[in-house]
Amino acid sequence: MAKRLTCDVVVVGAGMVGAACALYAARAGLDVVVVDRGPVAGGTTGAGEGNLLVSDKERGPELELALLSARLWAELAEEFGSAVEYEPKGGVVVAATTEALASLKDFAAAQHAAGVMTEVVDADQVRSLEPHLAPGLAGGVLYSQDAQVMPALAAAHLVRASGARLCTGRTVTGVLRTAEGAVRGVRTDDGEIHAPAVINAAGTWGGDVAALAGAHLPVLPRRGFVLVTEPLPRLVRHKVYAADYVADVASDSAALQTSPVVEGTAAGPVLIGASRERVGFDRSFSLPVVRSLALGATRLFPFLERVRALRTYVGFRPYLPDHLPAIGPDPRVPGLFHACGHEGAGIGLATGTGHLIAQALGGKTTDLDLTAFRPDRFSGDEVNSP
Amino acid sequence: MAERPHLAVIGAGPAGLAASLAAAVHGVRVTLVDAGTEAGGQFYRQPAAALGARRPQTLHHQWRTWERLRTGLDGQIAAGRIRHLPDHHVWCVERESGDGGFGVHALVGPMQDDGVVVRADAVLVATGGHETVLPFPGWTLPGVVTAGGAQAMLKGGLVLPGRTVVVAGTGPLLLPVATGLATAGAHVAALVESADPRALLRHSSALAAQPGKLTEGARYTARLLRHRVRALVRHTVVEAHGTDRLESVTVAALGTDGRVRPGSERRIPCDTLAVGHGMLPHTDLAETLGCALDGTDVRVDDEQRTDVPGVWAAGEATGIGGAALALAEGHIAGRSIAARLHGSAPDPRTWAAAARARTRLRTFFAAVDAVFAPPVGWVEQATDDTVVCRCEEVTAGEVRSAVGGFGAGDLRTVKLLTRAGMGWCQGRMCGPAVAGVSGCTLTTPRRPLARPVPLGVLAGVSEEGLPALSEEDLE
Repeated sequence: MAKRLTCDVVVVGAGMVGAACALYAARAGLDVVVVDRGPVAGGTTGAGEGNLLVSDKERGPELELALLSARLWAELAEEFGSAVEYEPKGGVVVAATTEALASLKDFAAAQHAAGVMTEVVDADQVRSLEPHLAPGLAGGVLYSQDAQVMPALAAAHLVRASGARLCTGRTVTGVLRTAEGAVRGVRTDDGEIHAPAVINAAGTWGGDVAALAGAHLPVLPRRGFVLVTEPLPRLVRHKVYAADYVADVASDSAALQTSPVVEGTAAGPVLIGASRERVGFDRSFSLPVVRSLALGATRLFPFLERVRALRTYVGFRPYLPDHLPAIGPDPRVPGLFHACGHEGAGIGLATGTGHLIAQALGGKTTDLDLTAFRPDRFSGDEVNSP
Repeated sequence: MAERPHLAVIGAGPAGLAASLAAAVHGVRVTLVDAGTEAGGQFYRQPAAALGARRPQTLHHQWRTWERLRTGLDGQIAAGRIRHLPDHHVWCVERESGDGGFGVHALVGPMQDDGVVVRADAVLVATGGHETVLPFPGWTLPGVVTAGGAQAMLKGGLVLPGRTVVVAGTGPLLLPVATGLATAGAHVAALVESADPRALLRHSSALAAQPGKLTEGARYTARLLRHRVRALVRHTVVEAHGTDRLESVTVAALGTDGRVRPGSERRIPCDTLAVGHGMLPHTDLAETLGCALDGTDVRVDDEQRTDVPGVWAAGEATGIGGAALALAEGHIAGRSIAARLHGSAPDPRTWAAAARARTRLRTFFAAVDAVFAPPVGWVEQATDDTVVCRCEEVTAGEVRSAVGGFGAGDLRTVKLLTRAGMGWCQGRMCGPAVAGVSGCTLTTPRRPLARPVPLGVLAGVSEEGLPALSEEDLE
């Protein structure tokens, strides 16, 4: 017999963002069910590096969300700490030339004005921060708020701590609506789940879930490969990347971009990632892409040339055309909330997103203005009838 | 001279050798790329020349088949039709854009830290298989080795793994391993087989199809009797004991339900335990090329073609079935490749004998698979503090907690939450163990890097950056 569940809110997606939404909603006193067609952290979360970055965001709404999220991550770290491998290690962005350093300094100055802790460092200081960096760099900026977490562990622990009922291996096949068009739950391949609110935290597949409710949300995949080395002693201390990474993140180009972030992990391996390409959901291995990751990493850290890569994996970042996530209630479908489209920053932005969604669910004024994240900002006239 | 088509064969075991010879004889240039220092693979593993073995054949059966292959290979190498590249460790085969050819990327050098590329028009994946070992308390003690590892030490290094050996687990490999060790002078204290090989008699059609295997089994059994080896069928090792290294094992009888019969435990002193629980195919290279699998095996058609144009597979990679089956499949693959690379459809009548052998042996090994399955009770033997993933030191208890406490329902999530399978072996060794303990289906994760690759080699992969082995090398 098909199961029928009733709760206050259904979270569609058991990735990092869905886990954070479940945690903050549950802590606001709501009864939560999390449903996912796969396992916990089965999509982009399980393929991510766990970057909690403020350093790569220019002044604007995403940076504000990143700063809020960083504070909330630090709070959660008190609770979960080593279980989710949270490390407030800081980030170092390096510039190869004096020209690159000059524009990096300008970028950092604007971030600083927006509340980011930045510290410009010269060539010698960069070397003392990261002794194994290639020689000859012009300098860089230290971002002490950048941190790291193990994403799959974080998602699993947050879901469990939320006390939400977790339904994995269950596919949402429809969004139930009242005669007036308001959400009243979801239909799954194993029965209905009734709730007056549904949160779309389906990541790269968020566009499909929105479509089930008749709402247009153009989430698209941007492929990334990550390289993982053999376990090493801590030779890379921060999250380290070259200044052109920021340009890649913000880029609209479909072509391959690789200016990798290099970092050590609590477990020992160095992570090198990630490439950015728009090739749809193509999972096939691409040697040229992985080659360019290796090339970028060995240019930053020459000692890596002799270090072995043990594995590489692929994931799909969910992005929206303006590279900002969709967060908040969907004015077209009462009761439907979106929390998806975070591109490569979903792990970092998950806490702020979950917090804001919980506030919106409770009808409270949100800590941040959600206008820039409005889910109906792409084309308001494309609402289909329920 | 007119360009003859070029085939890269990966693996110089029985399948790779048979295919190389069949293809070379029929007008194909072959590059035989192999990780071993000598051709032969695991089955015909040769002692290092420096050891000066006088009678290596005493450690082998089917020695005459090997001599025929070896002579054929030498002849084709001398004629310039086969180039043999030993000590080449292939980490990726890439379909190159443009002409539809392939790039076979290998590591070379004493530390395997240099890269080379072999370019070819077609590829045969003859990568063989690897042993699986299921965990039990004490299995990580020094002195516990894999059954195949013990055999490799004997065949390749002419050394015994210890003085007093227990051979245990399940599968057709145990019998030749015990026999080989006893013949070479070890005291084999017991052969502990969890299955009952007599159950093969129930698969009468399989045996009728393969009477030679019965004779082979009888020959091993006779040799074991001569060496007074105690054979315990429907028994299993439940624990290995020792402080710094192995001192004894506890074995117990299995009931009809596949679980240990209480009170049947007994200790056997030994300094070595050679244990194995069957084999799995090596499919990483084929999978990265996009080849479809059937379960754990590379899927092939009657010509041994995979579903990726230009890629063939033969031997254990397409399903565990031993050396004779690998020879038949390799021969068929070589003939098919020769015809296809010359633009014609092959005539299956030219390999009718090999095809008949292939059918018979596949039937026989399907029965072997059914009979030599690990006992269902092995999972209960793996106590919570038993390590299941040695690379990352993950215990059975941690795996169980990921399933029970965090709702992991598949191997990938178990890996993400526990690190089981994230280390050096990338789950090749521990995959079946983690699957059993977690209750998840055994699935092969994609491993685009078939072996660890220095980042400097990865970074240098390009037309200009790496020393590609040129076509002229072969002429």
